[in-house]
Amino acid sequence: MSVKSKIFSAMKQIAEEQKVTLPPLEDDLSLNETGFDSLAFAILVARLEDELGIDPFTVAEDAAFPSTLGEFVRAYENVPA
Amino acid sequence: MSPPDIIALRQYLGAGPKDRTISDARHSVSLTDMIQHSCLAGGPSELSGRSVLLATSGQLLSALAMIELDGIARRMLLCPPDLDWDCLQVLLERADIDTIVTDRPLHRRSAGKYVVIGVDLPERRAMGSEVDRTTEWLMLTSGTSGLPKIVRHTLDGLAGAIIAEGPARHRNATWATFYDIRRYGGLQIFLRAVIGGGSMVLSEPGEAIAAHVARLRAGGVTHISGTPSHWRKLLMSGASANFSPDYVRLSGEIADQAVLDGLARAFPRASIGHAYASTEAGVGFSVDDGREGFPAHLIGQNHAGVEMKVVDGSLRIRSRRTARAYVGADAPPLADTEGFVDTGDMVELRGERYHFVGRRGGIINIGGLKVHPEEVEAVINRHASVQMSRARSRRSPITGAIVVADVILTNGTNAERHERIRMEILGQCKDCLAAWKVPAVIRFVERLDVTAAGKLARTDA
Repeated sequence: MSVKSKIFSAMKQIAEEQKVTLPPLEDDLSLNETGFDSLAFAILVARLEDELGIDPFTVAEDAAFPSTLGEFVRAYENVPA
Repeated sequence: MSPPDIIALRQYLGAGPKDRTISDARHSVSLTDMIQHSCLAGGPSELSGRSVLLATSGQLLSALAMIELDGIARRMLLCPPDLDWDCLQVLLERADIDTIVTDRPLHRRSAGKYVVIGVDLPERRAMGSEVDRTTEWLMLTSGTSGLPKIVRHTLDGLAGAIIAEGPARHRNATWATFYDIRRYGGLQIFLRAVIGGGSMVLSEPGEAIAAHVARLRAGGVTHISGTPSHWRKLLMSGASANFSPDYVRLSGEIADQAVLDGLARAFPRASIGHAYASTEAGVGFSVDDGREGFPAHLIGQNHAGVEMKVVDGSLRIRSRRTARAYVGADAPPLADTEGFVDTGDMVELRGERYHFVGRRGGIINIGGLKVHPEEVEAVINRHASVQMSRARSRRSPITGAIVVADVILTNGTNAERHERIRMEILGQCKDCLAAWKVPAVIRFVERLDVTAAGKLARTDA
């Protein structure tokens, strides 16, 4: 499974737990429009760290938090494994 | 001349049956014989008025020395087994110690200016010295970080709850505890045995739980106490099957409904009580109705000499059972100006009952919203497949922290059921807790660390 599909699958799982209806997941979807609040993103980042072994937002001190889903996914793809 | 109002510990030795004993895994000592025997090299008279550190390798010799020294020594500092010498040296200064009672060989260099007195099984006959003072009992707090604080008690205060209940209530009991008796929770049980005319079976560090339980049964233990973590460990081990005590007591941590119910199932004959006590605040109360928390009417009134109130969410206690003071120069006050000790234990009123929700310092802050790990654990522990859990803080780049949980499942839980159980636990948490309190991640683990004081280790607290 690609990093992107792992992220999407974790998001769907959290959406189900949080009773959030996700819009279609596309690269230019703004993170605000996902329906996730900051708690849901915090859960997502923690679970992805367990699954992928990385937390790109803590690793880089100057990392700006992404604003679109595409940027969010790239933050994970761009971290050297 | 012995002032009439001082009752020293060994004056209780004559009470109860003649065959009272205190034992560990290797030795059994007659408590009745202690009236005429001494465990101290040179007898107790040399220790009159001394400030003593009691540093024995095992609990048994400490127990015997406590009996001999109370009413004789100026003060005695009870040293739990896990203290290193560097740490101890600072505490000895602070407590103004001049004498060390120990069964360990001490190098001259380490012993330095201290008088060292040996302690051994009480094989020599000795006339007891006259009780001529109220000995100060110094104990160490069980906090996890930094140097422990020294608190000063008297036997009168330490035994306050035992005397108030009436020592005869548990007459002829054989007591045991998973605690070390050099800590407050364990000392309470030791004092119950001595004052109440009973016997006692001591715990042994590192002893396998099955061997310990076998010893409890062989020793005829009827009354036993431990922390909820101790009890969960026993329930998990399956070793409780052949053990049938009359009285089971919990203290030192929050007794949640799951552990109370688990003990009621494991020990259907036993009366089960949970007590609130701390090294500083003494014994506050005990609850015997099998329900978590305590009745709201205990707050605001004087019950058997204990007054409790809740200020800013934390339980405050004033009674003669609290420690007298912290010991040492520059020691902070132990109580406020009205004599109330702030326990740092946070409570919440739900209906007619107060519930403990956690320690003030243990709060996890999730983007400004707060949660006590203990309230999350209480919900997780309700799941039938959960034996024990620990909620903790994990840093998060989004909210600063999030709650995660480590969970031990009951023996024999099929790994294929893990995902379903995880979803059930999450569902349970969502039903009972605000969204930010629900663990973001649940890990199934084989074991959780318990501190030397018998409490669940909380590294982030």
